[in-house]
Amino acid sequence: MTSISEAPQNPLPLNSARSRQPGGGYVIRWLRANLFASITSSLITVILIVLLGKVLISLVQWGYWNAVWSVPGDQTGACRSVRGLGACWAVIPEKYRFILFGTYPFDQQWRPALACLTFIALFFVSSRRSFWRKELVLIWAAALALIGILMWGGIFGLTYVSQDRWGGLPVTLILATFGLAFGFPLGIVVALGRRSKLPAIRSLCVLYVELIRGVPLISLLFMASVMFPLFMPDGVNIDKLLRAQIAFVLFAGAYLAEVIRGGLQAVPRGQHDAADALGLSYWKKNGLIILPQAIRHVIPPLVNTFIAFFKDTSLVLIIGIFDLLTTAKTSIIDPAWQPFSVEVYLFVALIYFLFCFAMSRYSRRLEAQTRH
Amino acid sequence: MTTSTPELRRRRQLRFSLSRQQITGLVWQIVVVGVAVAIVAFLWSNALHNLSARRISTGFAFLGREAGMPIADTWLAYSPKDTYVRAFIVGIVNTLRVAVIGIVLATVLGTLIGIARLSSNWLLSRLAAVYVELLRDIPLLLQLLFWYVLMQGLPAARAAWRPIEGVFLSNRGLVLPSVPIAEANLWVIATIVAGLIALFVLRRQLMARQEADGKVRRLWPYALVLVVALPALVSLGLGASWTVTMPELRGFNFVGGLTLAPEYFALLIALVTYTSAFIAEIVRSGIQAVPRGQWDAANALGLRRSFVLQRIVLPQALRVIIPPMTSQYLNLTKNSSLAVAVGYQDVVSIANTTLNQTGQAIEAIALIMMVFLTISLGISLFMNWYNARIALVER
Repeated sequence: MTSISEAPQNPLPLNSARSRQPGGGYVIRWLRANLFASITSSLITVILIVLLGKVLISLVQWGYWNAVWSVPGDQTGACRSVRGLGACWAVIPEKYRFILFGTYPFDQQWRPALACLTFIALFFVSSRRSFWRKELVLIWAAALALIGILMWGGIFGLTYVSQDRWGGLPVTLILATFGLAFGFPLGIVVALGRRSKLPAIRSLCVLYVELIRGVPLISLLFMASVMFPLFMPDGVNIDKLLRAQIAFVLFAGAYLAEVIRGGLQAVPRGQHDAADALGLSYWKKNGLIILPQAIRHVIPPLVNTFIAFFKDTSLVLIIGIFDLLTTAKTSIIDPAWQPFSVEVYLFVALIYFLFCFAMSRYSRRLEAQTRH
Repeated sequence: MTTSTPELRRRRQLRFSLSRQQITGLVWQIVVVGVAVAIVAFLWSNALHNLSARRISTGFAFLGREAGMPIADTWLAYSPKDTYVRAFIVGIVNTLRVAVIGIVLATVLGTLIGIARLSSNWLLSRLAAVYVELLRDIPLLLQLLFWYVLMQGLPAARAAWRPIEGVFLSNRGLVLPSVPIAEANLWVIATIVAGLIALFVLRRQLMARQEADGKVRRLWPYALVLVVALPALVSLGLGASWTVTMPELRGFNFVGGLTLAPEYFALLIALVTYTSAFIAEIVRSGIQAVPRGQWDAANALGLRRSFVLQRIVLPQALRVIIPPMTSQYLNLTKNSSLAVAVGYQDVVSIANTTLNQTGQAIEAIALIMMVFLTISLGISLFMNWYNARIALVER
């Protein structure tokens, strides 16, 4: 609480050291202004450097100097002897295929790998402003179809692989992406319904959104895994992954509806009036005039919702679906490797981090663009 | 333009077309509600059929039966012979125990980090930024598993770490020195709470009088009497004992002191650190939303920096901060249900066990929903009240 710069946009405080201390080179001046501007600031800097140094040194010792990078086969003796002092990175090359692709047939694992690359390409294309057109819907449909073919196979000479053998990163990406692809239109409809003048439709939408947002995602997933079969007629048996996927669509729909509703509220009243004056029907008015503006308003919060949603897919661990986190947790059940779960969790955390960090960077850039 | 007869007729037609709009509206509503009711009825009849086929009776009668599930970590007296109702209540208390303490700690930590992010000290603000970015971009469940694994990797009770005298950190969890709470202690605590409430009311009155005549009135003498002197007298009068009992290692476990089980401790750390990263961002943007002119004006008056922050900037920032903070509190409460992944028995975990034991899926999940909707409503009401209190009063 000691030192707050008056203007956060400006890293230099008003009575900065720069004005008082004209001497010294750029580096010295920078250090004076940013690390040693006052006695408290200098004190904080010194304490932080000491703490940071200690932490970094022990991290480097654990993660690099004392670490074991490879062991022959399952002979983890070398790892066990440095336990607590050094990391056992040997677990990663040993287990990464299982962590990334689960129990997918080993010689066919290029297919989920290709599916993951398709996902990444799809995200990349969707993030380009020049692709924000109607054709994007077609690109999505084509990409999702391609992913379906790659994962299931059964045609074009690809052997059929059933859903229970899918696992790892592709499952995480499928849950997140399909959840968004179907949750987004649902969210739009519900957001429109919540702002509708028709009381019955409005209250139905409010009920749906508040019910889903009011309870933890886990209870929805329990519902999907336990209650869903009860609600189906006899003989209808829906796959576990699909049931979780439906829960995710409903979940994403409710949260996206709230974000889109915020965007709808930001569209000026005059736009509605102008569209009405042109005699456009309700759907044409919203599809051509209101929604394009509303969604543009809320792109940064939408990306933030995507990030939260991507992280939330990891909850399927609790109902036993093999996503990235579940495969990671399963890979260390093996007694030989059991003590090295920290290394595996760090590896998986890195993957999640890369995806989320890329999205959050992107969202921040968009925000900066819309502000100017 | 003069109003002629055809003009009037056209108007009438317009009104007619408006009511046609109303008719389409009505039709739409009937269709949508009809479809919704049909879907629910279809699902419900299927459920009834399936339940009767599996010989599961619907209803909440099962709540009175013996639960037979062990609950390890609880503040209430509980044994597996108790009923399901009792088990649920224990679960609710466990959820609240993690949520309330988590909210308080996350608010404190998040505010500190949010302020650190705006520090003029480059190193401090960079470190705060790294903290926020790192914790926000990794799933909470993964962080929770990570903390839990670290907790299990701690040395056994015999070789526990002792950072401070009387504090033990081992794979049995965190053991802290504690004060045994007897009846006399409870009275003293009650006096302190009553004193705080009285002080709060008094402060309002003093402020109102200060606004009326402009004289500054001191609050601290009253505070000294109400919160310190009076409870001390009560404590002396009732002979309350405040001796701190130090935990001791006996055999393989600790005796005395307050034990935070590793599951609870891991869950608390994960929730607090994860949520504090979001709160830090909210606090940062709230402070940045206060116009620069407010800082300048306060500086021009020669006010101290800490005073400017406390009395000028933070109150204004709070108006921006409160609404998103409310949703973070709700998130933390809902996220506490991840407890099930590490085996801390919160209400969701107990409902899940109940569901597996009795097959009463609908009832168990309805109970979870009821509990969380009530908690969410409670937090929203409180935060709305607080928000209305600090809102800008325009004259």
